[in-house]
Formats: sequence, structure tokens, C-alpha cells
Amino acid sequence: MSTTTPTTPDRTTARADRTTTGTPAPRTSRGRAERSLAGSLVSHGILIVASLAALFPIAWLVFLSLGPDKDDYLHPGRILDKMTFDNYAFVLQHTSFLDWLKSTLIVSLGTTVIGVLIAATTGYAVSRMRFPGYRKFMWVLLVTQMFPVAVLMVPMYEILSELQLIDSYLGLVLVYCSTAVPYCAWLLKGYFDTIPFEIDEAGRVDGLSPFGTFARLILPLAKPGLAVAAFYSFITAFGEVAFASTFMLSDTKYTFAVGLQSFVSEHDAQQNLMFATAVLVAIPVAGFFYLVQKNLVAGLTAGGTKG
Amino acid sequence: MTVAIDRATGKRRGEPGGRPGPLARLKNSYQRNWYAYAMIAPVVVVLGVLVLYPLVRGFYLTLTNANSLNSARTIGVNHIEATYEFIGFDNYADILWGPTSYDRFWSHFVWTIVWTALCVTLHYVIGLGLALLLNQKLRGRTFYRLILILPWAVPTFVTVFGWRFMLADGGVINSVLETLHLPAPLWLEDTFWQRFAAIMVNTWCGVPFMMVSLLGGLQSIDTSLYEAAEMDGANAWQRFRYVTLPGLRSVSSTVVLLGVIWTFNQFAVIFLLFGDTAPDAQILVTWAYHLGFGQQPRDFAQSAAYGILLLAILIVFTSFYRRWLNRDEQQLAI
Repeated sequence: MSTTTPTTPDRTTARADRTTTGTPAPRTSRGRAERSLAGSLVSHGILIVASLAALFPIAWLVFLSLGPDKDDYLHPGRILDKMTFDNYAFVLQHTSFLDWLKSTLIVSLGTTVIGVLIAATTGYAVSRMRFPGYRKFMWVLLVTQMFPVAVLMVPMYEILSELQLIDSYLGLVLVYCSTAVPYCAWLLKGYFDTIPFEIDEAGRVDGLSPFGTFARLILPLAKPGLAVAAFYSFITAFGEVAFASTFMLSDTKYTFAVGLQSFVSEHDAQQNLMFATAVLVAIPVAGFFYLVQKNLVAGLTAGGTKG
Repeated sequence: MTVAIDRATGKRRGEPGGRPGPLARLKNSYQRNWYAYAMIAPVVVVLGVLVLYPLVRGFYLTLTNANSLNSARTIGVNHIEATYEFIGFDNYADILWGPTSYDRFWSHFVWTIVWTALCVTLHYVIGLGLALLLNQKLRGRTFYRLILILPWAVPTFVTVFGWRFMLADGGVINSVLETLHLPAPLWLEDTFWQRFAAIMVNTWCGVPFMMVSLLGGLQSIDTSLYEAAEMDGANAWQRFRYVTLPGLRSVSSTVVLLGVIWTFNQFAVIFLLFGDTAPDAQILVTWAYHLGFGQQPRDFAQSAAYGILLLAILIVFTSFYRRWLNRDEQQLAI
């Protein structure tokens, strides 16, 4: 915001006006309007530039995906004349795209269901109850967010190969649960914090146990929060690269994150098809994301900022 | 008796008045808390089985010389038993002060710190700037917000894939630079530009989260504070410094901490941008992955040791960060 330092008379009129009538003096409001005209031009300018920066890489990817030849990305000008959806048709009909879709969905949904189911009661407990060990427990939930890939990957690899779970969906789901479960618990705590405690009190007065309160009163109210936690763990599993590319060996079981990388060797460097695949992967996810994005942040930051 | 909701009545534990005897207190505590323990039990079990057990095993692995040649493995129908040996803290010593430890660990360590600091700073500053702009009464701000959030909505592996083609030698960025008669750097080959590109892409990916969180924080600041400040003659900078920043502190402290943790462990951006082609642009996480899974023979022990070191760095950082926040009388809810 740009501004000029207000002079003393301005200030006193503003203060006087405010105390007497409760509305700002005409002079002040004109001053504000002048400021906001110049200011809003600058604001719009910056926001437009930022929006272009945010939009361009994605728009470019979509644009490139419409070029039919594999070298079109080097000569983007040529695409304009011959835009086509052939790439999409080819990807859907003649590649492993649908296999990858299947395995991505199995793994992500599996993680989501297990993650949310297990985490729900915990989120409620840490939101409502202060038990000995509470702070340590919250600390553990945070620390599990810090695990670098390498610290669990090697032992997980060993354990899963002992259990014959390498290259199996279950193995990958279990690995993802190690991050999704504490994450969901953390998120859900934030959401449960926003539900008034009076509801619990009412339930308790009516003779419900804490479990009853949770199941009958709080869970139905927490549906949006559960949806957000579900979406977040879905996305996390959906986009994970390191574990997926190490633990999944057969190419029909690849998730999208791995499949997209393996496209080059499989399809003779047909970049046009890769672009189309990337767009096909991104569009539904982005669509869902837009539906829930407001709640995502509320859930996450509330969990961290409320005591 | 009151099991739930003791927070609603404040943080006091136990009854105010006379203290009951130890036995009664134990019983009381059990009655008060068994619900809580029952409710967190599933997560505790999962964390124990899926996190703690692998972690302990991983830590044991760092004390051995395990690699892909001497670990247990199955070739066809033959199962070969593990033959690696316990070697104590040699791996850590080798990583931290062994020969060439600078080239392998410390150079990556310095770059990881620089990477984290630069990325989080850029995320925060740009995110806060955009949030402040979007928090004004402005035509079309919902529209801007929806567009600006886009980088967050698309899975990282897709956006990084797109960026790779934009940054490639014949890609759109260099074409534009050439038309403007500017030098066209080798983004994906030259070390300095690799690092530059990595920071750029990660900033692009991370700003929306900061922006939206800080926007939420801004909207929760009471507007009467601004009016009061304005009446007292505070200029825009002073209002920002003494009203906005303090009002954002609790949100900021959380998102900065999360940002540091996520950026420090940011695997996808660097791994997908360069693969194995950029030894000098690898941060510690991707380097550890390279040791354990990106080379032959795979060095499991050293990879896991890197992992433990990374975790230790983050835990130390977080502890200091919390202490520093608490000294400033800020609460971070952990």
C-alpha cells in the first residue's frame, strides 16, 4: 500500500469526526480514494503478472499436448495450425494409462481409507482431552512429518521384501500410511477444534460416553473435515515419487508418478504423448482440489495454531 | 469424572481445592484418561509398527556395512542370507569427517541449508506480498486467488515435468530469452543454473500454500485495530509493522516451520528435474536416495545414516525454533 504521511490537521479532523459521528471525514475518504486508485493500479499490475507466472507453465503444457508430432514442442509455433486431441485418444487407447490409473487409485484410496479411519478418533482425543503425555504425543505427530525419504526407505525395503510385499499394492499402502496417519490426525485435530465444545458438554450431560459423543454428535458434524483429511492423504499418496518408483517393479502396477517418468523409454520419446498423459493426470486432481482448497488450509493451519 | 473438554474450563488439571492422596489421584487419572488413551491407541499402534520399528531397524542398519551385495536377497529360488557386519559408528564418522567428506556430505549440507533458507524466504515474502494484495478491496480478487492457487492444485510430478521441457535447451524459456537477445543459460546442465532453476521451480510450487495460509491469517485480524492505528496517525508501514505482522505471528510460525520441514525434505522437485545428472545440485535427501537406490552397489547403510542425520538436523532445528518462539511468548501448539 502506498501512502503519504498524514498531516496533523487531517488527523485531528479524522479523529474528531470519528468520535462524533463514527464516519470518516470527507477529506480522509478522498485521500483514501486517491491512494487506492494509484494503489489498485499497481496491485492489479502485480497480480496480473503473478497470475501469468502461475498459469503459464500449466497452460503451456496443455498447449504442447495438442501438437500431434513428437518434435512439436521444439517448434511450438507449428502447433497452432494443427491442434488435435489425437494424443489424448492414443494415450487412452494404446498405452498403460488405464493400468496406471487403476494402481494409482487403489494405492491412493487405500491409503486414504485406512488413514482417515485410524486417525479420526485420535484427532478427536487430542482436540478435546488433555492427558498426561499429550504434548509428547503431538510432538511425535510433528516429528513424523520430518522423516526424510531415506530414513525409512531402506528398512522399509528390507521389511517389505521379507514379507514379500515388494511390488504389491498393500506394501505401498502401508508405507504411505506411515505418513498419512499422523498427518490426518493433525489435520483432524484442527477441524475438531473448530466444533464448539458445548456440543460435547451437551452430549455428556445427556449421558453419552466420550465414544458416544464422538460417534453420534461430532462425526456427523465433522464430515467436511473428514473430507479434507481424505483429500489431503489422497493427494499425498497420489503424488509420491520416491517410494513408488523404488517399490513398484512391474510396469502395470506403476502409479502415475512413476509411469509418467517411464514413458520416455516405453514410447520412443514421444513427448507429445507424455504431455497428454500429464494433462490427463492433472485435470481431475486440480478440479477436486478447487472444490476443497479453502478447507485444506483452514484444517492445516488451525491444527498448528490453536492451543 | 469430566473426561472430555477439560480444555473448555482452562488448562488446570485436577481439582482446585485440596489435593487427594496419591492412590486416589492415580485412580482419578485413570478414570479421566483411559478414554483418551483408547482413542489414540490405533495411531500409536500404527506409528509403532510402521514408523518406530523401521526407524529402529534403520538405525541399526546405519551401524553396519549393509549394501545390496551383502544384504538378504532372493535370486530365483535361492535365498541368500544377509552377511553384513556390525561396524559401530564408522558410517557416521566416515560421512562427517572421513576422507572426501566435504565433497560427499558438507558441500551438499551447505547447499541444502542455502536451498531451504532461500526457498522458504521466497515462499514467505512472495506469499505474504500476494496475500496483502488479495486482502484489499479489489475487483476480481476471487478470480486472482483461484488462478494463483493453480500451482498447488497440480501434482508436483506433473508440474516439474512441464518445467523440464520449458527449461530444456530448445525450450520456451530459452527461446524467449534469445529473442530478447539475452543470454540463454544451460538450465539443466550448468551447476549454478541448475540450482537457480531448482529454487525457481520450488518457489513456484510453494508460494500458493503460503499465500492462502497468510491470507487466512490476514482475514482473521480485527479491522478495528487498523482503524485505531490509522486514527493514531500510523502510516502504512507502521500499520504493517505493528498490526499486521504481530497479528500474523501464530499463522506465520506454523507455516514457516512446515515450510522448512517440507523444503528441507523436498525430494520430488530436484529428483524429477535432474534425475541423476546433477551431482552438485542434489540436496541431502536426494543424495541419500542416490546412495541407497540410484547407484550400484546400493549402499544401504550410508543411505540410512544420511537419513538419521537429516532427521536429527530437523529435530534440533525444530526444538530451537520452538524455544525461540516461546521466549517471544508465542505459542506453537505442539
